[in-house]
Amino acid sequence: MKTKQPRQRSFFNTSLMSQLPPQTQEVVAHVLDRAKAHGVSAADVLLADGESLSVQVRLATVDRLTKAREKALGLRVFFDKRSASASTSDFSPRSLDRFVAETCALAQAVAEDPAAGLPDPQAMAQEFPDLDVYDPTALTVDQAMALAQRAEKAALDEDPRVTNSEGADCSTTAGAVVLANTHGFLGVHRSSRFSLSVTPVARDPDGSGMQRDYWYSVRRKFQWLDSPEAIGRTAAQRAIRRLGARKIGTQRVPVIFDQETAESLLGHLANAVSGYSLYKGASFLVGQLGKPIASECVSVEDHGRLLGGLGSRPFDGEGLPTRKTRVVENGVLTSYLLDTYSGRKLGLPSTGNASRGVGENPTVAPTNLYILPGSSSPEEIIKTVSHGLYVTELIGFGVNIVTGDYSRGAVGFWIENGELAYPVEEVTIAGNLKRMFAEIELVGNDLEFRGRIASPTIKIREMMVAGH
Amino acid sequence: MTNAENSKQVELAQFELHEHEVQRALSRVMARDVDYADIYFEWRMSESVSMEEGIVKRAVKSLDRGAGVRATAGEKTGFAYSDDLSPRDLELAAETARYIAQSPRGETPIAVTHRSGPSHNLYPLDTPYTEVATKERVELLNLIDEEARRYDPRITKVMASFHTEHKVIMIATSEGLLIGDVQPLSRLQVTCIAEDGTNRQVGSFGGGGRIGFAFYYEQDRARWYAREAARQAIVNLDAVDAPAGPMPVVLAGGWPGILLHEAVGHGLEADFNRRKTSAFSDLIGQPVASKVCTVVDDGTLPFRRGSLNIDDEGTPTSRTVLIEEGILRGYLTDRLNARLMGIPLTGNGRREDFRSVVLPRMTNTFMLAGESDPEEIIRSVKKGLYAVSFGGGQVDITNGKFVFSASEAYLIEDGRVTRPVKGATLIGNGPEALKRVSMVGHDLKLDEGIGTCGKDGQSVPVGVGLPTIRIDEITGGGTATRS
Repeated sequence: MKTKQPRQRSFFNTSLMSQLPPQTQEVVAHVLDRAKAHGVSAADVLLADGESLSVQVRLATVDRLTKAREKALGLRVFFDKRSASASTSDFSPRSLDRFVAETCALAQAVAEDPAAGLPDPQAMAQEFPDLDVYDPTALTVDQAMALAQRAEKAALDEDPRVTNSEGADCSTTAGAVVLANTHGFLGVHRSSRFSLSVTPVARDPDGSGMQRDYWYSVRRKFQWLDSPEAIGRTAAQRAIRRLGARKIGTQRVPVIFDQETAESLLGHLANAVSGYSLYKGASFLVGQLGKPIASECVSVEDHGRLLGGLGSRPFDGEGLPTRKTRVVENGVLTSYLLDTYSGRKLGLPSTGNASRGVGENPTVAPTNLYILPGSSSPEEIIKTVSHGLYVTELIGFGVNIVTGDYSRGAVGFWIENGELAYPVEEVTIAGNLKRMFAEIELVGNDLEFRGRIASPTIKIREMMVAGH
Repeated sequence: MTNAENSKQVELAQFELHEHEVQRALSRVMARDVDYADIYFEWRMSESVSMEEGIVKRAVKSLDRGAGVRATAGEKTGFAYSDDLSPRDLELAAETARYIAQSPRGETPIAVTHRSGPSHNLYPLDTPYTEVATKERVELLNLIDEEARRYDPRITKVMASFHTEHKVIMIATSEGLLIGDVQPLSRLQVTCIAEDGTNRQVGSFGGGGRIGFAFYYEQDRARWYAREAARQAIVNLDAVDAPAGPMPVVLAGGWPGILLHEAVGHGLEADFNRRKTSAFSDLIGQPVASKVCTVVDDGTLPFRRGSLNIDDEGTPTSRTVLIEEGILRGYLTDRLNARLMGIPLTGNGRREDFRSVVLPRMTNTFMLAGESDPEEIIRSVKKGLYAVSFGGGQVDITNGKFVFSASEAYLIEDGRVTRPVKGATLIGNGPEALKRVSMVGHDLKLDEGIGTCGKDGQSVPVGVGLPTIRIDEITGGGTATRS
């Protein structure tokens, strides 16, 4: 899957198998064969294999160099409606045989679950388009070191108030995931990831304390990374703008979430529309399918095949094809995010959102999830607020997905007459997610992907800000 | 054979290694300009079972083993890891780790000797978790559902999970140390959902530690966890909006000790202080809390989740006084930071697994008991908040601002605990918050053993503890305007 042109591949194509190192082929085939010999009614095997390099630089010298090669194999077995999963990193034949036997024994100890089982055979992914998520560029230690040094230097040179640093990090990983099951499905997905980040510390000459902030770039391809200088400068500016932050009075005001913090709100929504939260009754959106859950200016999409996307992959954690799902359409909840199991529990088909660690049961996760951009620029949104808070960082875990109750520590800027007036810290913002989504008044035009979840700037009509 | 010699053989056998192979790999990583090197071997068998809808549906097992090789030169650390323990892979990792020192290839012979076993044995178990049958685990979870539902008919969903791990570690260092430890760990957690009309609330409770399987049956703990989770969900059905703004807060004993973990613990980890990026940098000897506050980190408490016989660098754990009667006394160290700062080793060098580097981390962090009567502490507050249970917390080390979020809390009105309030985040400033602690109860309590701390993407088990305390003022992040 190294070529740029999308290519079609047929279901269980042997040419796919030939892309794998012979040892990997043998291991996957061997484990499935052993499982069948133990009498499983169905099984799947997930094998992940990867290499990583990470260099951390602090004050121009290398702080830490990490290099690794890893592999792990997960097996899930079904004896009709009983199921168990296990993982191992020991691929010696003797150890694998014992591993399969233990996994099968484990399944005998649990109760029958009517919804258990692999997806329907007809539903498995049959074509594997190239999603532009793999770049074979192998950075050397020296190259990675130089990139981290440049990013940190740019941050330190940006302003004399940047006096210290928690360091800069340049990391790269590349690897493959192989998924095979007893339906005869075999999928291989190769991907890579490059990241560069820096965390400068700024100090006010008046002695009002230190502030740190950071900036970063994460991409599937090396050439798509932002320049180290741009990352360093942005990081420095973000730290400096926090100097002299104050606490403000307790009051109800409009709150604007910047891209980074709005993304976290969308993450909470993803959690609430996950099939697992819903069938367990652990979501504030239980029973809301087809109903308005957000203001009309909000539309949300999950797109598993976005070219170059950090969450893109041709098939999900169960081998079902990924796709584009409209989760929210003009404020109305149009789809949950589901895998096979949670779909069965809710009487709905999977949306191809099975996510799975090696040796774990599938769960649901978004692929590339985003709020569709609106028409206002962030500056225009700020201009609509006479007194309010512009939030740039959130800390803590005060989010209750069952009730929607929301209360987190916030950092940002006080808005006065449509302008950012001064930095703010040591305040909380609180509300309820149901109401917060319903009260989104504006969605910005600034959608950018820096992760699997992305949001433009958004404005919420009113929240409680607690300070003095 | 001595006990120590015996334990060495057990651990070498666990990794299917011979002493000379370990020595050879270590010799390869020690080159000119490398000050120190070590290899951390890990073998971990984890097993989880989970229950929902009244049945145990899932069982998951994982075997993880590998080695991390490290070389340090000045402030630099070279690190590599491999999940393959073959001599060839170990040597490849050693070469990568040595790269950091930019030294020519060379070898310094290292002889590893088992200087002594761990200085304490804090978690001797009769039966390791690898010998506890899955069936027994399933039976344990089967107790939970019925007990929680019996608590109140409004409990509509009950979920529980039981997780165990059996971890064997072995550390070989360039100073000749070869030491190992077997570290059991388990945790039972229950979550209940209560419904009353359209009002839906959640409650969670659990416990664990480096304890044997029988622990969950002793004092009927498993059923008690179920009732506590159910009780919390039912209490929250009646919760009113929490107040917003500064207010006096009384924290109950036990898990609310997460305050200390966030407000001071992280800021006292040596790495941030060596780099002078902590709000506590250069404050040793200065007052950072009121006189009634003495805070320690203690990795030596028997059977506790945060305890260890040795840390992940082979240093025996200890009790470190962080704050003594309000004065900042010490930092928590690992080898690298202790050496660079010229301060003592405290046995706080920890890592999530062989894939992770060692960082200074907390173990069990708590405040020592004071003299006040807990009832009196509540009576002393005219209008405020009484917080009993918390979810997570977080801190910005550099500016010292921290938060922690209450999951069960009540209003205090005229010295009496009255209505339950919805969960809310409390926010404060680390070097200042403890200066406002005016009363400390005589009722020190440690948490039930479910805490996990995250730092630089690494999770490690920790404990916290607190007596009932009164904080005169802290900002509460509710939604209700205070009258």
